[in-house]
Amino acid sequence: MDFLTLVQVLDSTVRLATPLLLACLAGLFSERAGIFDIGLEGKMLAAAFFSGAVAFVTGSVWIGLLAGIASSMILSGLHGLASITFRGNQLISGVAINFLAAGMTVLIAQSWFSQGGRTPSLIGNARFEGIELPFAIGPTDAQAAGRPLSELISEAGPVMQFYSELISGHSVLVYIALLAVPATWWILFRTRFGLRLRAVGENPAAVDTAGISVVGLRFAAVGICGVLCGIAGAYLATALQAGFVKDMTAGRGYIALAALIFAKWRPWYALSACLLFGLLQALALRSDVVEGIIGFPIPVQLLDSLPYILTVVILAGFVGKAIPPRAGGEPYVKER
Amino acid sequence: MTLMQKLLGAAAGLALTAGAASADPALIFDLGGKFDKSFNEAAYNGAQRWVSETGGSYREIEMQSEAQREQALRRLAESGSNPIVMTGFAFGDVLNVVAPDYPDTSFVIVDMVVDQPNVRSVVFNEHEGSYLVGMMAAMASESGTVGFIGGMDIPLIRKFACGYAQGVKAVNGDATVIANMTGTTPAAWNDPVKGAELTKAQISQGADVVYAAAGGTGVGVLQAAADEDILSIGVDSNQNYLHPGEVLTSMLKRVDNAVYEAFMDGPGLETGFRVMGLSNGGVGYALDENNAALVSDEMKAAVDAAAAEIASGALSVHDYMSDNSCPALTF
Repeated sequence: MDFLTLVQVLDSTVRLATPLLLACLAGLFSERAGIFDIGLEGKMLAAAFFSGAVAFVTGSVWIGLLAGIASSMILSGLHGLASITFRGNQLISGVAINFLAAGMTVLIAQSWFSQGGRTPSLIGNARFEGIELPFAIGPTDAQAAGRPLSELISEAGPVMQFYSELISGHSVLVYIALLAVPATWWILFRTRFGLRLRAVGENPAAVDTAGISVVGLRFAAVGICGVLCGIAGAYLATALQAGFVKDMTAGRGYIALAALIFAKWRPWYALSACLLFGLLQALALRSDVVEGIIGFPIPVQLLDSLPYILTVVILAGFVGKAIPPRAGGEPYVKER
Repeated sequence: MTLMQKLLGAAAGLALTAGAASADPALIFDLGGKFDKSFNEAAYNGAQRWVSETGGSYREIEMQSEAQREQALRRLAESGSNPIVMTGFAFGDVLNVVAPDYPDTSFVIVDMVVDQPNVRSVVFNEHEGSYLVGMMAAMASESGTVGFIGGMDIPLIRKFACGYAQGVKAVNGDATVIANMTGTTPAAWNDPVKGAELTKAQISQGADVVYAAAGGTGVGVLQAAADEDILSIGVDSNQNYLHPGEVLTSMLKRVDNAVYEAFMDGPGLETGFRVMGLSNGGVGYALDENNAALVSDEMKAAVDAAAAEIASGALSVHDYMSDNSCPALTF
């Protein structure tokens, strides 16, 4: 295996890990505040549809992104209403959101575009293009030289290959997702809001005693969760793909939940867990590389299931203990 | 009370006569939906062609989940629809159970063989059509490496891959065929993101033509191929228009013809086993204004010659499903 192949696998890893990372951080905010969120998948799906549909109608991907975030936040609000205000079961509410999104997106897409539950293909400004960082070899260089981009990159030196292929050329949402990790860490562990948010997930009664609104804090957390899920969905439909296809999240919301447990509800660990899961997915696409490294073929299915196997191993307590926030899943009832 | 009984009796009588009078045909779409731009949409187009030519009407049901299959079949059969056409291999087991209960109703199943006296089983020689597009892929490829991306890993999709690989090797014996499957669950039919990543992975292995036989996942494959400026090949319906000038061709599977014929034949149609291949226009490749510039005269001549040889039986393409192995490709 040469260096360029490694860089290409890592490049694929970054693309595959980004939606996981955004959804994982979304779940982190929500669950740290004591609201379990199984509905990450549904929110991503709704955001994917609305970002794709609105981007197509308006021709602007940024308006599409906002629409995706808005739709995801509406579902978040619904989850909050059911599980915070009316103290319903958080798991059931989350499952309901998944079903709602799966059915609603196809229904609206069909009556809107009549293309079998998908949006028309996005072109031009209706889609996020890769950002070319300074000095990197990108499509413009390829156009200037009149040769395919892959040829130019394969001729470049290793440092340039690493920079042009892996660091440069991603959609802006990828960089936003990566920046969201330190931002999440800073908000949760270095601000007053973050301290209260974590406290509300551990011991809401204590927070209430201090005169801070438990309901308000939890709604704030669920809202942030909606924003991040919205970006994740928009990334799928408008950056990785050019439009929405029914059920296009394909279980990524659940893998993100697994990554959240794997990361033990901590931001930096979430980054490494998502990159690890992304790497496993990327390797599953390149079984020839896996065979090249270890010398014998591994079934693709095994690589595909590794994220779940690893999560079970973690949950079983073999590698440290994964303890969820103590008040997670419990609706807060003020004492009377 | 008696009035009520009379009313009910009249209503029931009306319903019965209505049921007996309407021998409208019915069409059941498999999971994936009526407008999947591919397999089911072809069936829909066939039914619409029948409507526009005869002015008749038909009933239709779109499957939403596995559990609905038997229920949908029985409902249509009991309401008097005849013949009932269904698309997709997954109906096989259900139809085997349901068909004997309605001996006067004719059933047509596409993509599966059900051995019952009132069932017509239509299967396609996808390996023959895939062979042709494989030849075109090998001729259009500059790198000598071409790709195949399947949906769910089932024997039917391997049949596509195997025919394709044989076509590629027939043109260029040294060519490399990279074959990947998207997954092993039905979710693999609707994961365009993974389809796109697989395409990029194949491109980094040198592929410059990619053939997608993957339902909704194929949309992602064709998109990624267009983004990276390589050629792609669509499947089932003509998908050339999705990215004009970037889709080399589409392997046509004339499900529309199968549905159209069944509707035309009407109730009491000839049952039994029917193979739609190159010889009777069941499969083929798409040529229209969107890909005219990509298909050279030489390419067209070679493919048409091979098609004629396959149709006449002079050239035989190995069918993966006949012995679950492929001489040109290892999975």
